[in-house]
Amino acid sequence: MNDHDHVKNWLAEPTRRHFFRDCGVGLGTIALNSLLGQLQARHLPVIDPAQPMDARIPPLQAKAKNVIFLHMAGAPSQLELFEDKPKLREFHGKTPPKSLMEGKRFAFLKGNETLLGNSRPFLRHGQCGMSLSDQIPHHRKIVDEVVWLRGMTTDVFNHGPAKLFMNTGFQAPGRPSMGSWITYGLGSENDSLPGFVVLQSGPRGPRAGNSLWASGFLPTSFQGVPFRGKGDPILHLRSPEGMNRKRERRFYDAVGALNRARLQATGDPEILTRLNAYEMAYRMQSSAPELMDLSKESSRTLDLYGVTPGQPSYASNCLLARRLVERGVRFVQLYHSNWDSHGGPGETLSKDFEKVCKSADQASAALVLDLKERGMLEDTLVIWGGEFGRTPMGENRKTTGRDHHIDAFTMWMAGAGLKKGYIHGETDELGFGVVNGKVHVHDLHATLLHLLGFDHERLTYRFQGRDFRLTDVHGRVVNEILA
Amino acid sequence: MALPVEMFRFLPFLLPLLLGPSTFSQEIQFNRDIRPILSDKCFLCHGPDEKKRKADLRLDQRDGALANLGGYAAVVPGKPDESELLARVLAHEEPSELMPPPDSNRGQLTTGEVSLLRRWIKQGAPYQGHWAFEPVADVRVPESWSNNPVDYFVEKRLKESGITPSGPADSETLLRRLSLDLTGLLPSLEEQKSFPDAGLESTVDRLLASPHFGERWGRHWLDQARYADSHGYSIDGDRQMWPFRDWVIKALNDDLPFDQFTIEQLAGDLLPNRTKAQHVASAFHRNTLINQEGGSDREQFRVESVIDRVNTTGAVWLGLTVGCAQCHTHKFDPITQREYYQLFAFFNNTEDANSTGATVEVEEYEILGNAPEAPPVKTFPSARAKWNPVRYRNPVTSSGKPLHLQKDNSLLVDKAAGRNDSYRVQATTYLDRVAALRLRVLPDKSLPRNGPGTAANGNFVLTKLRIQSRGKPIAISHAFADHEQPGYPIAGTLDQDAKSGWAINVGGTRKATMNSPHEAVFVFSEPLETKGEPFEVTMEHTRNESYLVGRFAIELSPTAPPAPASKPAEIVKPRKGRVMVMKELPKPRSTFLFTRGDFTRPHKESGEIAPDTLSQIRPALGESRERPTRLELARWLVHPENPLTPRVTVNRIWMRYFGRGLVETEEDFGTQGSPPSHPDLLDYLSQRFVAEGWSTKKIHRLIVTSKTYQRSSHARPDLVEIDPGNYLLAHQNRVRLDAEIVRDAALCASGLLAPKIGGPGVYPPQPPDIYAFTQSRKNWKTSTGEDRYRRGMYIFFYRSAPYPLLQTFDAPDFQTTCTRRVNSNTPLQALTVANDPAFLELAQGLAERLLRELPSADITAHIKRAYQLALSRIPSEVEHKLLIDYFEAQAADFANDAVAAGKLTTPAMKAGPESYARSAALVCVARAILNTDNFITRE
Repeated sequence: MNDHDHVKNWLAEPTRRHFFRDCGVGLGTIALNSLLGQLQARHLPVIDPAQPMDARIPPLQAKAKNVIFLHMAGAPSQLELFEDKPKLREFHGKTPPKSLMEGKRFAFLKGNETLLGNSRPFLRHGQCGMSLSDQIPHHRKIVDEVVWLRGMTTDVFNHGPAKLFMNTGFQAPGRPSMGSWITYGLGSENDSLPGFVVLQSGPRGPRAGNSLWASGFLPTSFQGVPFRGKGDPILHLRSPEGMNRKRERRFYDAVGALNRARLQATGDPEILTRLNAYEMAYRMQSSAPELMDLSKESSRTLDLYGVTPGQPSYASNCLLARRLVERGVRFVQLYHSNWDSHGGPGETLSKDFEKVCKSADQASAALVLDLKERGMLEDTLVIWGGEFGRTPMGENRKTTGRDHHIDAFTMWMAGAGLKKGYIHGETDELGFGVVNGKVHVHDLHATLLHLLGFDHERLTYRFQGRDFRLTDVHGRVVNEILA
Repeated sequence: MALPVEMFRFLPFLLPLLLGPSTFSQEIQFNRDIRPILSDKCFLCHGPDEKKRKADLRLDQRDGALANLGGYAAVVPGKPDESELLARVLAHEEPSELMPPPDSNRGQLTTGEVSLLRRWIKQGAPYQGHWAFEPVADVRVPESWSNNPVDYFVEKRLKESGITPSGPADSETLLRRLSLDLTGLLPSLEEQKSFPDAGLESTVDRLLASPHFGERWGRHWLDQARYADSHGYSIDGDRQMWPFRDWVIKALNDDLPFDQFTIEQLAGDLLPNRTKAQHVASAFHRNTLINQEGGSDREQFRVESVIDRVNTTGAVWLGLTVGCAQCHTHKFDPITQREYYQLFAFFNNTEDANSTGATVEVEEYEILGNAPEAPPVKTFPSARAKWNPVRYRNPVTSSGKPLHLQKDNSLLVDKAAGRNDSYRVQATTYLDRVAALRLRVLPDKSLPRNGPGTAANGNFVLTKLRIQSRGKPIAISHAFADHEQPGYPIAGTLDQDAKSGWAINVGGTRKATMNSPHEAVFVFSEPLETKGEPFEVTMEHTRNESYLVGRFAIELSPTAPPAPASKPAEIVKPRKGRVMVMKELPKPRSTFLFTRGDFTRPHKESGEIAPDTLSQIRPALGESRERPTRLELARWLVHPENPLTPRVTVNRIWMRYFGRGLVETEEDFGTQGSPPSHPDLLDYLSQRFVAEGWSTKKIHRLIVTSKTYQRSSHARPDLVEIDPGNYLLAHQNRVRLDAEIVRDAALCASGLLAPKIGGPGVYPPQPPDIYAFTQSRKNWKTSTGEDRYRRGMYIFFYRSAPYPLLQTFDAPDFQTTCTRRVNSNTPLQALTVANDPAFLELAQGLAERLLRELPSADITAHIKRAYQLALSRIPSEVEHKLLIDYFEAQAADFANDAVAAGKLTTPAMKAGPESYARSAALVCVARAILNTDNFITRE
């Protein structure tokens, strides 16, 4: 008797069949229906505990199915990339106006710093006329594909807390990240890869580490799974040495049969979940290496991104992000460092900045172009940006750099449900604050959830007596940027 | 049955439905029937929060509900039809009148709910205080049930609902359940064997007295204390908090009364004549994070810590979500924003400000008082005898092949030596008197891997050594060797067992290396006068055909060397740690209310706030001339009149035993939480807890000796309609093991567990590149020796990059207090147990143990033993057959692939007599057993 027959026979037994068909979660029919009804009425996801990552339909109409978030770790200077400020150049070296400095808190500035004009040449591009510096030439190709958010603001000015804020909507660790909320809401379309994948490139990992993609109080089924650049993409993916595919199949069959025997003895449906988890683990062992294998990509594609096969890089991560989304993975989070430009060694606004721009420019643009060409931009959302911006004042270290700035910075978004080639928001002439079109991090989250088919106020999870949400008690959908 | 976690969260909505009016008497009870409706649908706008209050109506108090609203009132006692409340919830025709407002997302009332409201108003609309804030009731148990009152309450409810409880779990399951629940370890074979005789009560006493009890329950407490070994945030540097962990383990083992346990942790530093241990206990609230990032605002993160201390205290002792009141008066519970800052004021005065602050230096073993006695180390004494060479005569082998004499007076076996060959060597000596014989085994280039044996890996198994003189056997009193491979003692050469014998390739002490020279000494019962006669030495190798001694020398001594003596080992210097503790500033800081909880916006207009407790929770703190401190707060928490602390505490103990508390929302005893499924039982336990001097061990004993605890955990399809969530406890629940215990159980099964308790954290092997994702790389020096096999709770915990196994199995990240872990069930868990090299090592350990402990057994016996070691039971017929088939299939496959088999087998297995293929297949079997759901589940 093979495994399949085991299950069939087992399920054929009337009491158990009833038990399973009607009570997959161990609840009676009436209670179950009532519970499901309540969840649906509350816009909450109905989750099959045996398959928590099963794809789910959002309660509202969705424009986007998948998200790729390109997190520029360390915070790129908007003033060297997107914000052409003639006045800032004019007042270069002058003390900033008092009125702009009042009540402001900075990480490192001592208070005697002067304005630092941007030295990069800027040009306007595309139909939308977005100004871009010479540092990101490849972005010129996508100016009319994306929404430019020039009025971004956040609440916290240290890297760790600010990254947490951007990723989880809260500055202290412990809350679920965006990707966890979204997979909690939507599950994933792929049953042999994790639904929420994290990729990292650059000289160092993002500050705050694992809590950036943790599931917080949500079940760990929804936590981000970091794929590693070296070795196997997923921890412990590889079978022990000495086990080949055939022996390993025997192993999984034996474990499965033992689990089914126990399921029969105890009737605990949790064992069914474990059976499914082991089967997915087995599938992952082949699907993950297949994913990482870029040899089938055309040289044209590799060139578009600037990927050198065999060399982990931001470019290869962007390409992997497309491959992941192509396979139905719900949320892909990239971290690329190091954009921190205080002016000290390794963090200069000159050479080091040029280097990090060069490493990110081409592939970021390529991802948008590639998705578009494949028709995937229709239902994929791409977001690009750091955890905050940089100050209009110079910061004096070995060279002059810029400190952390939370009141105004630039991000861009592209894809499903968004306008194309649209500039949203404007900052004052010195780039201190947002004059119009302000988008707070909470607003970004609210908009993201909206595009995915959720009301950000209603996608909640009850923990320690409170209904939590990604946007806490804030957030507004930025309707102006919706197509 | 285990309910899925995702569903768990929403069950508070479901509970009234399951335990609804049909199971209750007809009398309406405000707390049970009415409050949940009002709380869920009305309090948001008509509750305690003034700012959110609409129409100046509050329904959480009777006065408010009855207040004259200008000619009408929300509730008119006895007159439902005149009550505006009813009119409004029924105003479906008038959306602008309808309550709750259709756009509020609160949902409309059901017909059942409306009818409850109607009956309640008719009965005079009596209010009750929220159950959890009412005094603990004095609940009595009938004389006949005094044996175990727990069962009285549970069975009463079951009977009322017409449910027959399940029978007891079988004794194997019960022992495994008790061992895992009380100590987090698997029962040993001996414990399994003696359980039926020892009986339940004495087993429970043994487990409660085990030093591992404090580890198991200490881990639960450390979750709440958000204990970790690093500072958190992005830099996440090391800290030394392990003395606090030691303190917790000790306190639980000593059954330190919970009131004292509380006081020492919250205010140990403030106790008059405090002991060092009490000072260390105050580290409880130093487990908050420190942000070491450059440019951090000290005050910002200091305030974060204080907020965390307030919220943690609220969650751990009061079971309340006080944190809600940081920004605004609590919307559902009677905690005003001002009161929040009264609590804040207790914690706002410590010296630490996002910094290390005060510390206490503690030595390893100091808190636990468990410094090891110097372990005895065997010294090999053969050097103390004077060994003399012999002259060999007629060395022969049973195969007829020669033994070649070497220049150093040793004998080397011929390359063509036969299978299971045995040797007979005559030796003469000039000594008159001989008291002992020494056999030296020596490496040689001609042997595989240099020998000293002829096996492929250079090992041998010498199964018999006999000495004769003048045709008579010489009696040997004892033998000893400088090294023995585990399972292959030198004593095996002296017995009659043809399979037991001496082997040397690895295992045993740390210094042992493969393929080294070794020696064994055989001491005669009596010294022998030689009179020039030769000795005849016979050596046999009957265990394994190719495992022969390859090169050896025989020497004799006129005096017998002393037997191996024990001498104290060098004592490793205890390590020291500086644990962070609380220290009060000489002058307290001023506390102000923060507008919207923002520390940059102190609301100075409303004045400085003095420390005080929550007005709605008994008792009042009372007037005192001096400003109250954390000590007064701690004493208030454990005041016998405080209704929350004992309820919250016994409920959490209950939760660990059943997978769910009597109050399901163990972290929320407020009005939004779920009511207790067995209110009388909860109060009975709470009351007894306090009355018996806050002894937690007595509560543990009471629970685990109940029939309710001991019932079978098998699902009950017949209850699917009546009580699918098993709220009425007709049966036990299967519960997945906690992350640390998953590791501990595997360590137990493999026999590799190092049971040492306490001390600094350890670093078991972890995959490389764990820190690719963190800002700063950690120095993970993989532990060797016993630290490699310590319990999971001692694994050094970096908040920014936890040990992967722990994270995968749902250990919290300890950023904030964790009162209940979520249990997930994911493919990453499967990959971890299946493929993590650390786990494979334990599977190999289990297989090695089977071969060592049952050397001549077959696979049937090995599987049975593996089940006993891992699952504490014997396999069912189906399981047994399945694993035998699996073993044979893998073994047959490996037989054709020696290279693969070699990769799965350990050096000890390679040195043993079992073929590589069968050893590898046994590893596969052990791995399969460790990967079952059964293994990582407490049934």
